[in-house]
Amino acid sequence: MTLNIIELKNVCKYFGEHKALIDMNFYVRRNEFVTLLGPSGCGKTTTLRLIGGFEHPTSGEILFEDTNIADLPPYKRKVNTVFQKYALFPHMDVYDNIAFGLKVKKMNKSLIDKKVKEMLSLVNLKGFEKRSIDSLSGGQQQRIAIARALINEPDVLLLDEPLGALDLKLRKGMQIELKRIQQRLGITFIFVTHDQEEALTMSDKIIVMKDGRLQQIGTPEDIYNEPENAFVADFIGESTIVDGIMHEDFLVEFAGCKFRCVDKGFGKKENVDVVIRPEDIKVVGSDEGMLVGMVQSVIFKGVHYEMIVKSGNHLFKIHSTKMAPVGKQVGLIIEPNDIHIMKKERVKDEE
Amino acid sequence: MKNKLIAYPYIVWMILFIVIPILLVLSYSVTYKSDTGLAFTLQHYKRFFDPLYINVLIHSMNLALISTLICLVLGYPMAMIIAKAPVRHRNMMVLFFVIPMWMNFLLRTYSWMSLLERSGLINKLLKLLQLPTLNIMYTNVAVVLGMVYNFLPFMVLPIYSVLVKIDKSLIEAAQDLGANESEVFLKITLPLSLPGVISGFIMVFMPAITTFVISRLLGGGQFTLIGNLIEQQFLSAGDWNFGSAISILMLILILLSSLVMSKYGKDKEGVGLW
Amino acid sequence: MVNRFLKKLYSFLIYLFLYAPILILIIFSFNNSKSRGSWGGFTLKWYGALFKDSQIMSALYYTITVAVTSSIIATLIGTAAAIGIYSMNRKQKNIVMNLTYIPVLNADIVTGISLMILFIFIKLPLGFMTLLIAHITFNIPYVILSVLPKLKQLDNNLYEAALDLGATPWYALWKVIIPEIMPGIITGALLAFTLSIDDFVISFFTTGSGVSNLSIIIYSMARRGIKPKINALSTLMFITVLSLLFIINSRTNKNSQRKEDVI
Repeated sequence: MTLNIIELKNVCKYFGEHKALIDMNFYVRRNEFVTLLGPSGCGKTTTLRLIGGFEHPTSGEILFEDTNIADLPPYKRKVNTVFQKYALFPHMDVYDNIAFGLKVKKMNKSLIDKKVKEMLSLVNLKGFEKRSIDSLSGGQQQRIAIARALINEPDVLLLDEPLGALDLKLRKGMQIELKRIQQRLGITFIFVTHDQEEALTMSDKIIVMKDGRLQQIGTPEDIYNEPENAFVADFIGESTIVDGIMHEDFLVEFAGCKFRCVDKGFGKKENVDVVIRPEDIKVVGSDEGMLVGMVQSVIFKGVHYEMIVKSGNHLFKIHSTKMAPVGKQVGLIIEPNDIHIMKKERVKDEE
Repeated sequence: MKNKLIAYPYIVWMILFIVIPILLVLSYSVTYKSDTGLAFTLQHYKRFFDPLYINVLIHSMNLALISTLICLVLGYPMAMIIAKAPVRHRNMMVLFFVIPMWMNFLLRTYSWMSLLERSGLINKLLKLLQLPTLNIMYTNVAVVLGMVYNFLPFMVLPIYSVLVKIDKSLIEAAQDLGANESEVFLKITLPLSLPGVISGFIMVFMPAITTFVISRLLGGGQFTLIGNLIEQQFLSAGDWNFGSAISILMLILILLSSLVMSKYGKDKEGVGLW
Repeated sequence: MVNRFLKKLYSFLIYLFLYAPILILIIFSFNNSKSRGSWGGFTLKWYGALFKDSQIMSALYYTITVAVTSSIIATLIGTAAAIGIYSMNRKQKNIVMNLTYIPVLNADIVTGISLMILFIFIKLPLGFMTLLIAHITFNIPYVILSVLPKLKQLDNNLYEAALDLGATPWYALWKVIIPEIMPGIITGALLAFTLSIDDFVISFFTTGSGVSNLSIIIYSMARRGIKPKINALSTLMFITVLSLLFIINSRTNKNSQRKEDVI
């Protein structure tokens, strides 16, 4: 048996003229928590719906334990979904909602009773059996939706922005809770979100998408520390992206200055994107810096100050616990490790 | 917005032309002319419970119920077809249910006469195909047909408007949880469309039970329905008191059933037709 | 595939059921023979004769006059009422809405005879005036029911924003609220007009000698046989209304498309 529970091979999905997904390839391992991350319209929900069986691919294969399930209807898949707005059945109470999948399977009544009880205690809603759906808060509905899906003991649980409708505090709580449930049950989770912080917190693996195309696959650390292109760098966390020229291996020029770096393998004098995280720029006295600039603005953000410093024609975003007043000349220091060099995207989109 | 005042002309109008007339009917229904003037009585109501009239009521209810059920059986699948059609076709399909109403309904009903008559088109067609001819003009069958014809849109449109609003993700969720097509229909679609079915039922049943035109045209007058009975009391028998009593009974029946409707249909403001 | 075919067949049969009598009517308006049973060749003579029939012309006159007048008055009173109702508190709203539903839900025959009793009671002679009042009465609720949903969709802050920018309540109502609910008002007016043109039962009880609308004429003719002239008239009216409808429809379609383009 293979380690991959789900695998997408060259999957394309077109809606008429619109290309929702172009050549998607990735695999999901058993018991992994995988997040599909990207801005709205990037195709992440479409990907999830293809795995759930609500859409069928225009071309390509969707493998479930090495069997192609691309044309199987949803009710024949060992996959369950938690829908974006929960899709709880309004004409049934909590019990009937959770029991739905088992009733369809004609399981016997006492067993259903027992399992519903287990599920309700798993999602911390003991005693809610007879409550109507309208009487539940958003967070409670969310838990019922999860319980309703999990009771069927799916091999894979698909979650389509399940936390999107919750307020910030509840959201943080649910993130931890979801992770706990996943680890306890040992089920594969495929999670869709546009919130990069959520993705970084919860996932074992993140799949970043844009305009129907895959951008990068990796662990949260990989994605954050080693973004593969300017889009990923910009989307995950904050960053300053400037144009640069690669002079030779380990030497890059930007903002009118040459820097040592750790990247190699670029062409001579190749134009590149240089990405720097705001927390990786150190502010020093104007005579000690590699670059010199003037502070343009300062915003207090709680944990740190966010400063914009102008050096030459470039604006650098900086996060620092020390503040320099607007108008002051400062020096900037960037370690070779913190300079990320990326190939320019060859074909710019029409926009 | 605090413009409550501009509703007052309407309220005055409705009191004058809806509330007072109904009160007048009510007062006719509980009085009689004695030598000393008007006196209170319940005899008109009692009279209605005479088997003769009760049979009229039962007969009307029977025909109306049969017509309503036929409308439901014909209309529900149609409503589903429209609700599942591509969005750009939907409005057109709904419109095609409304358009016949732009042709005078008496004429449309009358037109059935030319189809149903002994020498009508349907029989001519049947003869041509060497099939036995139908003789349904001036029978209960013709009346039911006329009712179904006239009131079918009132069944299709409310059911459609509920079906089309059902969240698609509910259907997907049921499929996701293992329900096949027929289970999805029985467990999700049908129960969720019940408010539409109920309002459709009432919107067909009510006019069907009180019509006097369809029965007059297609039933040939020999099958008296409740509507015909009321009409007779006012226009030929001249017994306004009895006629008023029947009208009040009808009104009560209608109010009761609309109560049922508002209990099941959550959004009270949209009866669902328009 | 089979499923799809069945759906199409079913829809076709249902629409055939709805439209067969209408087609028959239209076809027989071109029938040279007077009897409705047989086809006597194509003719346009009924369309010519139509305009010389003073009874039909007078009924047409009353039908249209009553429909236009009653739908205008009902739209004015009904729109004002809807705005008023919208600003009422829950309890008042409930009372008024229940009042509004009475004529909608009530059997036409009961509405008709109750109005007849009223007119006779206050000794208002049955005729044009009573017919008009009756039509306005059953039309207003439909206007209200068309306008209210549009009011509900309104952004509550819209009116307040107008006031905040210095508009007087009447100016805000006229320049901000009315344009926003216009689609509802138009639907209501069209609905009222249609119901008025098509009404028979209530008109039957509330009009008097000399004043008949088309429905009443048709009803009185029905037992003796309807003149093909009426078929001709109905065909003309049907086609007029239909083409108006398509013009309105295509214009709104264009408008909504334009909106989509902007988005």
